[in-house]
Amino acid sequence: MLLAFYRQMVLVRRFEERAARAYTEAKIGGYCHLNLGEEATVAGLMAALEPSDYVFTNYREHGYALARGIAPERVMAELYGRTDGVSRGWGGSMHMFDVASRFMGGYGIVGGQVPLATGAALAIDYRGGAEAVVCLMGDGTTNIGAFHESLNIAALWELPIVYVVVNNGLGMGTPVERSSAEPELHKRASAYRMASARVDGNDPVAVFDAARVALDSARAGRPYLLETVSGRLKGHSVVDPARYRSRAEAEALQAADPVAAYAVRLHEQGVLTDDLIAGIDAEATAIVAAAARFADESPHPEVATLFDYTYATSVPNDSRRLPGEALFA
Amino acid sequence: MSVISYRQALHDALRGEMLRDDDVFLIGEEIGLFEGSYKITAGMLAEFGPKRVRDTPIAEEGFTGAAIGAAMLGLRPVVEIMTINFSLLALDQIVNHAAKIYGMFGGQARVPLVIRTPGGGGQQLGATHSQNIELYYAFVPGMKVVAPSSPADAKALMLAAIRDDDPVLVLENLALYNTTGEVPDHDEPAEIGRAAVTRQGADITVVAYSRMAAVALQVAARLEEEEGIDVEVIDLRSLRPLDRDTIVASVRKTNCAVVLEDDWLTYGIGAEIAATISDGAFDWLDAPVRRVAMAEVPLPYAKPLETAALPSAADAITAIRETLDAVARRRPS
Repeated sequence: MLLAFYRQMVLVRRFEERAARAYTEAKIGGYCHLNLGEEATVAGLMAALEPSDYVFTNYREHGYALARGIAPERVMAELYGRTDGVSRGWGGSMHMFDVASRFMGGYGIVGGQVPLATGAALAIDYRGGAEAVVCLMGDGTTNIGAFHESLNIAALWELPIVYVVVNNGLGMGTPVERSSAEPELHKRASAYRMASARVDGNDPVAVFDAARVALDSARAGRPYLLETVSGRLKGHSVVDPARYRSRAEAEALQAADPVAAYAVRLHEQGVLTDDLIAGIDAEATAIVAAAARFADESPHPEVATLFDYTYATSVPNDSRRLPGEALFA
Repeated sequence: MSVISYRQALHDALRGEMLRDDDVFLIGEEIGLFEGSYKITAGMLAEFGPKRVRDTPIAEEGFTGAAIGAAMLGLRPVVEIMTINFSLLALDQIVNHAAKIYGMFGGQARVPLVIRTPGGGGQQLGATHSQNIELYYAFVPGMKVVAPSSPADAKALMLAAIRDDDPVLVLENLALYNTTGEVPDHDEPAEIGRAAVTRQGADITVVAYSRMAAVALQVAARLEEEEGIDVEVIDLRSLRPLDRDTIVASVRKTNCAVVLEDDWLTYGIGAEIAATISDGAFDWLDAPVRRVAMAEVPLPYAKPLETAALPSAADAITAIRETLDAVARRRPS
């Protein structure tokens, strides 16, 4: 388990570094938000889930998709906007979805996923299922109305859901202390008589253990709010140089790099050797390189498919007009 | 056939679908114990229990979003939003989520969701409770929006909406709830995306939906009786998709058209209808397309002001007469 966490963290790190490079090479368009600094939370949290559980998250989700077991080449192909992408090239970085692994979407609107995840938990409860929902969000999301409406509903209806607030200290460029009157975000659960905890998001084992407690609670009909505290090593997105951060803050973040810190810890425990570290790194680098190659070779979607996903149930008179076409010939 | 009210027709459709499919459930404010603000769900809590008739906190974004999430897992929620005005609190969930999820994820997740909500002024409810903002939803690809004007359509379009795998907003209307009409006893869903020619006529085309489609039929009957004017009435029934062909075919026959709408004129649904007629029947037109729409004000409370602001049968008759006068001036005698 300890080693598996490390492998996962390194894969996420190398994947995100490769995504950043591909972005600067204009292989990836749009926005691109990375999980750099969040690797321990990704690994610990995703390992605590059962395969039948559901995950809803936001637009900073590449790592979670990988850790949920989605093939790296399909995640990368989505970033490249290709047909083999997890969302067939329709979603991009912010909107990854994989029905098979019950990865129910990255969502681009802050807070949008929170009511949806609550409704998924409602559906589980409706059918008497044993699954749970994990709903990820950033620290800034806790100020949105949808967050509070959802927590109230989940507590009222005793839904099987764990809300996870990934607190990296910044909503874009605004520190938590400047946006949340109660900066200890897990305490917000108390307004809804909901159990909650705060955990070190740089420690995958601590995150895993806390997530297990939270999931057990959720499955017993007691929804839970888990706050993980970690850092964001780079800007809000690839193009953000993070000038709002002082040099000292940036250096402190690098010093607390969760991947390096975890490697040191496992090394001290005798779980990791220098050879293993190098081997795991080479393996991750190779996986990511292969994913980028796959993505590059995957076809672009055909323009003929433009109208394929407007409606699931086809009905007469739905518009299939391209911008320059006349309505009536 | 039975003669029942629009309200009863909606109730019958909901109850029938609840009996037919265990995945169908109702969710919204005051729909259970209170039996619905407009009593569409009367008796449902007693018959189906709190799991399938779920009262919610006053949290439109939260419970509409929860219904969308439940739909993503295969349930078929029917959300009641007390009036369409309150849907603005759920706008992000409807527009950015319900309407986007199927396309945004490349067709992997369906959202078989129904939002039922009444629009309409004329009840002295003031500016925030009297709006007709169905356009906001009809504007969005991924949404389907239907607007029944009769009890028969209320039932048939509700059945279609519940059985459809996409998010469908069913626009009800406060002034129509007590209207009555013949409704088939069997459950036959309508086809979403088709307009209906609810009255055949040769002289002029009147295009309308929801309450104004009912007004159009009354006006047509009166004009035929009193003045021998033969009005063709098109009830749009579906605002998205929009059945442009039926509109254009009618105007190519009658050569003129009036649009009746309960929303505001500028950028309203009538503007889209007029543009459609311009695109598809320009060479057939003998007069400009006229629109009858609400005055562009926040709807006032005081009765004389409210009445003056809302489109009426008299306004429709004036517009029809003036359009026919314009046609007569243009046609060589």
